[in-house]
Amino acid sequence: MSSDGCALHTRTLTELAAGLADREFSSRELTEALLGRINDLGDKLNAFITLTADEALQAADHADKQIASNSAGPLTGLPIVHKDIFCARGIRTTSGSRMLENFVSPYDATIVERLNQAGVVTLAKTNMDEFAMGSSNETSYFGPVLNPWDHTRSPGGSSGGSAAAVAARLAPAATGTDTGGSIRQPAALTGTIGLKPTYGRVSRYGMIAFASSLDQAGVITRSAADAAMLLQVMAGFDERDSTSVDHPVPDYSAALEQPLKGKRIGIVRQHFDAGLDPSNAKQVRAAIAVLEAQGAIIKEVDLPNLDLSVPTYYVVAPAECSSNMSRFDGVRFGHRAKDPADLFDLYCRSRSEGFGAEVQRRIMTGTYVLSAGYYDAYYLQAQKVRQLIAEDFRKAFADVDVIAGPTSPTPAFALGDKTDDPITMYLNDIYTIGANLAGLPAISVPCGSVDNLPVGLHLVGPHFAEEQLLNCAHRYAMATDWHTRCPEAYR
Amino acid sequence: MSLSKDQVQHIATLARLRLADDEVGDVVDKLSRIVDFVDQLQAAATDGVVPMAHPLNQGQRLRADVVTERDERERFQANAPAVQDGLYLVPKVIE
Repeated sequence: MSSDGCALHTRTLTELAAGLADREFSSRELTEALLGRINDLGDKLNAFITLTADEALQAADHADKQIASNSAGPLTGLPIVHKDIFCARGIRTTSGSRMLENFVSPYDATIVERLNQAGVVTLAKTNMDEFAMGSSNETSYFGPVLNPWDHTRSPGGSSGGSAAAVAARLAPAATGTDTGGSIRQPAALTGTIGLKPTYGRVSRYGMIAFASSLDQAGVITRSAADAAMLLQVMAGFDERDSTSVDHPVPDYSAALEQPLKGKRIGIVRQHFDAGLDPSNAKQVRAAIAVLEAQGAIIKEVDLPNLDLSVPTYYVVAPAECSSNMSRFDGVRFGHRAKDPADLFDLYCRSRSEGFGAEVQRRIMTGTYVLSAGYYDAYYLQAQKVRQLIAEDFRKAFADVDVIAGPTSPTPAFALGDKTDDPITMYLNDIYTIGANLAGLPAISVPCGSVDNLPVGLHLVGPHFAEEQLLNCAHRYAMATDWHTRCPEAYR
Repeated sequence: MSLSKDQVQHIATLARLRLADDEVGDVVDKLSRIVDFVDQLQAAATDGVVPMAHPLNQGQRLRADVVTERDERERFQANAPAVQDGLYLVPKVIE
């Protein structure tokens, strides 16, 4: 019965599902193989904060029973890893922060609950920028994650641990969250597929909040079919998330194979301006030519307010962050300073000790833009510009079905390269932030390589166009082999 | 510098953060750069534009006012730094 265990890590979720269904291997064998691999290689990348081996084996045994009794669903027995921003009952959930270093969640996030019910096996919780505030995974209290393609470089962030784990074949798929590009940029920088659904498509309940009007949960995988499979279970209305959208969930796998003939794909003039690395630009243009060769119609579109998206984001996101972070008071949960002189001292020292520098910067930026006398000039103005940016997208989608462009300006950058200047780091998200501001679904697909570092193609669609994005990503991947490439040390 | 040291200390107090003396200079520098950066929003023409709160312009949903949660105080308080008799302990606030 037992198969060649060392090859299991090379398979996608879809392939593993077929192997389980054919009784080629058991979920326990699969889980043990991947846990072994995580033990051997995981520390090198620092991709994980907490391993959940015992829970994983229990879940695998349960899955094997369901498979044996023919009561298994499509995800039963398949292993994944969760970004450590998702609360999982009885398991330490840190959000990459000293503040929650010892926090054991009393409940499950909705997506954790749904995936557990679907029979998924959780191997580990992945490393991330502290409270998802960062684009390089360097703000994590637990140290940076290394890029499996080059250990001196960042895997991107904030879902850097999830992306590195999938790229290094330590797990076939991972969950992530995306507030300004935190799924798509690390996916691009590690050669994986990263899907950020429409705002409100996937429940935020139990997902530790950063900026509530922008945050959305999604997945990092090695194929569009795998992303469709996971989204199928994760998507849907949840009354426990007050901003969840009650909209029918389609069959995400149904449209994957559809031909691209006649699909209108928009190229944004402003995307290929200065700021985009010429080698990246070349690869992205070549990827668009692949879509065109499949019958897609390429059209130019305008996003005139693109340049304002990063400054808009850095008002709206810190403002919401400062409100969300006020819950950490050293009283009910989280880090508490020793020997406080009084209550004020307890608040201030607990928070200053518990939060890292970037989180404190964003809290203070948010506090400033919301403070008396500045609210209209910054926060209200940013919410108006946000409306203009969303309007630009609405106009563009009157002419095209999908917008294609680069995911990030450059391939993976060196660790330590951008930590001195917050603005340089923030500008890294120039191409991804617009989708969050407008609440649009978007996906990054591997589309090339520069000096042996992956490049991502970014596809954005109108609200609830996940099917279309997965279709384009799948058709593109079928015509190329970038998504199958694996860093040499992790084959 | 668009922000002064005093302004930054005031913001830190509002945010319940304490800045160490040797880090204030760096915080003033970086926050000033962020404020300068977001200042470019002031030039955008936004007369008559409705501010956006929800990306799908959806309103806040209300639920029926009924009890739906179970009492899980002990479970929640297991994460608290200091509790006694089911209460959260803080330094004395009333003399």
